[in-house]
Amino acid sequence: MNHSISLTVNGARRDFVLDDPRVTLLDLLRERLHLTGTKKGCDRGQCGACTILVDGKRINSCLALAISHDGADILTIEGVARGDQLHPVQAAFIAHDGFQCGFCTPGQIMSAIGMMQEAQAGNDPERIRECLSGNLCRCGAYAGIVDAVLEAQAGIDETNQRRSA
Amino acid sequence: MKQFDYVRPATVAEAVAAAAQPGAVYLAAGTNLLDLMKGGVSRPDRLVDVTHLDGLDGIERLADGSLRIGALVSNADLAHDADFAKSYPAVAEALLSGASAQLRNAATVGGNLLQRTRCAYFYDTASRCNKREAGSGCDAREGENRTHAVLGWSESCIATHPSDFCVPLVALDAIVEIEGRNGRREMALDALHRLPGNSPERDSALEPGDLIVAVRLPPAARGFAAHARYLKVRERTSYAFAVVSAAAALRIENGKIAETRLALGGIAAKPWRARVAEDVLMGVTPTADAFQEAAWRALTDAKPSGDNAFKIELARRIVVRALTLAAAGTPARIPALPASPFASTSGAIHV
Repeated sequence: MNHSISLTVNGARRDFVLDDPRVTLLDLLRERLHLTGTKKGCDRGQCGACTILVDGKRINSCLALAISHDGADILTIEGVARGDQLHPVQAAFIAHDGFQCGFCTPGQIMSAIGMMQEAQAGNDPERIRECLSGNLCRCGAYAGIVDAVLEAQAGIDETNQRRSA
Repeated sequence: MKQFDYVRPATVAEAVAAAAQPGAVYLAAGTNLLDLMKGGVSRPDRLVDVTHLDGLDGIERLADGSLRIGALVSNADLAHDADFAKSYPAVAEALLSGASAQLRNAATVGGNLLQRTRCAYFYDTASRCNKREAGSGCDAREGENRTHAVLGWSESCIATHPSDFCVPLVALDAIVEIEGRNGRREMALDALHRLPGNSPERDSALEPGDLIVAVRLPPAARGFAAHARYLKVRERTSYAFAVVSAAAALRIENGKIAETRLALGGIAAKPWRARVAEDVLMGVTPTADAFQEAAWRALTDAKPSGDNAFKIELARRIVVRALTLAAAGTPARIPALPASPFASTSGAIHV
C-alpha cells in the first residue's frame, strides 16, 4: 500500500509517495532527496551523526519513520547557510578545529544549533558538554567543538545585548 | 526490519480497536521500538501510530492539585516545563539524566513507561531469552550479568527495567490512565510493571489494545519539592543507563522527617519502591545513621543473580547519598550533570 506524505525540507515543500512504511527520515533525506550531509553512523540512535531539526527540535533521524512525520518542517545541514555565508556555528567549527575527519560534523553542528535554541546550556562549558553528549566524535575533537559552541553562543549573546541596548 | 502495516487512527477509540489485533503494537516516537525492530528483536505485523491523536500532549493542573501529563508529552518538554521542574524536581532531574538531548526531544512519557529492557541477551537474537521468546531459556543467567537484577528476579529472567523517569514517579505514587477495549481505567504505576516470575515475556499488566493516555501525579506529590533528588550511577559520565539509581524525597517538619518517599532503579524488572525503608525514617531526625538503616532495610531481600553482588552494596550507598542530598535541600537549579552522585549540588565536572 502506498502512503503520501509531504514535508518542508530546508524551506521547500516536498511531496513523497512511500511504497514502504519502513523508510526513516534519514533514508528519505539521503536516498530520495540526495541530501547526504546528514550521516548514517550507527543507525540505532547512539551516535548522533544523523541529527536534524524537526519542527525546530533536534532529533535522531535514524529513529524516526518518515511516514509518521507527515507535515513536519525539517532543517538539515544543507539548509543552515545563507548562500555563501556560513551559519555562525559552521564558521565557529572551522575557526576552532571542531573536527578532524568530519563525519560527525553535520550532526554536531545541527545538535549545537538545536541546543542553542533550547537555551538550557548558555555559556557554561559543563552544560554544553552534557547537552551535546548525544553526539559522538571518534576523532576526539570535543575540545574544539566546545570552544566553537562557546564562540557561537557568545556571538548570540552579543547580538541580544545590542538589541536590548 | 520485517515488513509491517502502518495504521494512523483518527481517534483513541480507533487506535484501541486497531492495536487490539494480534501482532499490533503502538508507535509513539519509536526511539526504542524502531531500534528493536531494526535488530529483529521486535517483529510487529502492524504499527498503530498514535502521534497524530489530539489531546494527548498537554500538561494540566487539575482542581484537586493533581498534575495530569499527556502520554505524548516529550521527555524534554516535561523536564523543561518551569512549573513541573519546580514542583517535582526529582522527576525533572531523572528525565534529564536519561538518554541524550535528541532522544529526550522525541521520546514520550507513555513510551518511556513501556520501554523494554536493555539486557544484551534480549537484544541479541542469537541468544536464548525468555522475554523475547517465551520458553526459549535465559543466556544471561550464566552470561555477562554484572548489571542485572538483584531484586524480584526469577530463574526465567534477570533483566532490569531501564527507565530513570519511572523511579521518582513510582516514589511519588504516580497513576497511569489507560484507555482499553472496555473503556477508561487507571492503575498505580507501581502495578504497571510486572516481575518476571514464569512469564517474563509480559513486561506489564496491560492487555491487548490498552493505550496509556496520561500519567497523573496526586496532590501529595507536590509536598516534597524542597527535599527531592534523583541520583544515578552509570558506567560513563553521560548518556548511559543506570547501573543503580535512587529517587529520594522527604517532607521535613521541625527538624524531623514527616514523610519519606524512596524508590530504586536499575535493580529489578520494575521501578522498585522501598516502603519498608520509608517507614524506618518516619518521625526521625535526618542523620547519617538513620539513612544507613533505611538503606539496609531497602535491600534486605536483595540477592545476586550472577556477578552482581556489588550492586547490592552500591544500591545501599546510592540510597544513603540520595537521602543525604535530599535532606540538604533541592538545588535551585538542576546540576550541569543531572543525577550525578559524584558532583556537589552546585554542579558536576565531566570526566
